[in-house]
Amino acid sequence: MDIHDIRQLFPILHQEVNGKPLVYLDSAATSQKPVQVIEAIDTYYREINSNVHRGVHTLGTRATDGYEGAREKVRKFINAKSTEEIIFTRGTTTALNTVAASYGRANLHEGDEIVISYMEHHSNIIPWQQVAKQTGAVLKYLPLQEDGTISLEDVRETVTSNTKIVSIMQVSNVLGVVNPIKDIAKIAHENGAIMVVDGAQSTPHLKVDVQDLDCDFFAFSGHKMCGPTGIGVLYGRKQLLENMEPIEFGGEMIDFVGLYESTWKELPWKFEGGTPIIAGAIGLGAAIDFLEEVGLDQIEAHEHRLAAYAIEKMSAVEGLTIFGPKEASKRAGLVTFNLDDVHPHDVATVLDAEGIAVRAGHHCAQPLMKWLKQSATARASFYLYNTEEEIDKLVSGLLKTKEYFSDVF
Amino acid sequence: MSSNNLDTLYRQVIMDHYKNPRNKGVLADDSLTINMNNPTCGDRIQLTLKLEGDKVIDAKFEGEGCSISMSSASMMTQAIKGRNIEDALKLSEVFSLIMQGKDYEDDIDLGDIEALQGVAKFPARIKCATLAWKAMEKGLKEE
Repeated sequence: MDIHDIRQLFPILHQEVNGKPLVYLDSAATSQKPVQVIEAIDTYYREINSNVHRGVHTLGTRATDGYEGAREKVRKFINAKSTEEIIFTRGTTTALNTVAASYGRANLHEGDEIVISYMEHHSNIIPWQQVAKQTGAVLKYLPLQEDGTISLEDVRETVTSNTKIVSIMQVSNVLGVVNPIKDIAKIAHENGAIMVVDGAQSTPHLKVDVQDLDCDFFAFSGHKMCGPTGIGVLYGRKQLLENMEPIEFGGEMIDFVGLYESTWKELPWKFEGGTPIIAGAIGLGAAIDFLEEVGLDQIEAHEHRLAAYAIEKMSAVEGLTIFGPKEASKRAGLVTFNLDDVHPHDVATVLDAEGIAVRAGHHCAQPLMKWLKQSATARASFYLYNTEEEIDKLVSGLLKTKEYFSDVF
Repeated sequence: MSSNNLDTLYRQVIMDHYKNPRNKGVLADDSLTINMNNPTCGDRIQLTLKLEGDKVIDAKFEGEGCSISMSSASMMTQAIKGRNIEDALKLSEVFSLIMQGKDYEDDIDLGDIEALQGVAKFPARIKCATLAWKAMEKGLKEE
């Protein structure tokens, strides 16, 4: 599929915002949805909607087939061994909280260590802060290199035989760096720790293989990969999940309920209490079909090209600072920046007047903002539907912003 | 949106307060200190108020944030200095109505604050403008 055909599949892109054609550069916050996904959800509610795993009737069977079919698509997409290892959640946040609350609380003791990094998103920080407080475990931070990357030397120094959990994001939502998860997992395992991966920013953009990464848990969200909001996935190694307790109890997840004791369903359903996110899972399945049709390799290559182009063009804007590594080969398709003394909110407002959507703020990464010594930054993030022309528009928007505020400073 | 509309947001008075903030700094230790931040964007303000009886006799702010939040803080401190607590809180209510684009009693002299009226047309920026005012309200209501 060429870029023109791809763009045709995203209805939302064909509109004007503030009188200008929309230039959507905020896919790291949430991606847009192709017609295939919108139609899969529409069809589900028009023709299939029914509760899963209980009805004897025909629609109940169709809904169950759709929901469980989506699970198999996810399994194949990330190359898990079995659908027993694929748990549907509300998103990455819920997935990481499940690991912390269930595995963490059961396995951490006073003095044990949890290792995360300075670049983590709040959803891969706070669950660990909480479980550390509850268990007496110690939360340790991996330092970052000058350019925002993680060095394996630092990983070897920080991870010790007391470390029980290492939890790192695969791609940074701010710096754009791609972390060497496979190598970090190896070091974690050598020290007897498990490896948890926040895959929210990687799964949409590059081929993920949980067996190759050799991670123990892997979390991601549907809405950042062309799927709907409200659906995400927790992959977990079967032998770990089998020994973990659910954190939500109620309908759907039980085997037998007595007056004072109950037992749980087998994997993966013991972690899916309540009526599940059926339409969301089916929408995610459609998104996976779409991404595979385009090809993850092609998507990754396209974003690399855009990132390289954006870094080149944006670097030429006087007074613009780019955060993270300058080499496009080290990063995914996003560029975080600041422009002179113009606050990122003001940058985003002026760009918005040009129809250009970028993110401004702390990107749910306050410790990283502190490390960068910035109170906030602006971010342009790209996906398979973005073009070089849109980056040209961004750059001319930035020049306009500079001009607009030039009287002020 | 043309840049004319941008001009309704970034009025000259606002830019002047941003560039030359009034009452920037911290008052002595015995004054009332309020810290507030906007968790969605990282803006933060530290407001110190000196009260005598029911009167605000001095106000200063420190902080970091965008042009709208910092200019609004500057204007707010300017506006409440010398007012009694009740009047300052009344002004805060009026400011909140302005931000919501609602009518307010027009016998109040708003001075520079009037320039912030355009913010109501930029819903994403209203929280920037109200940060300092919320801090002031919090401090005075506790008194």
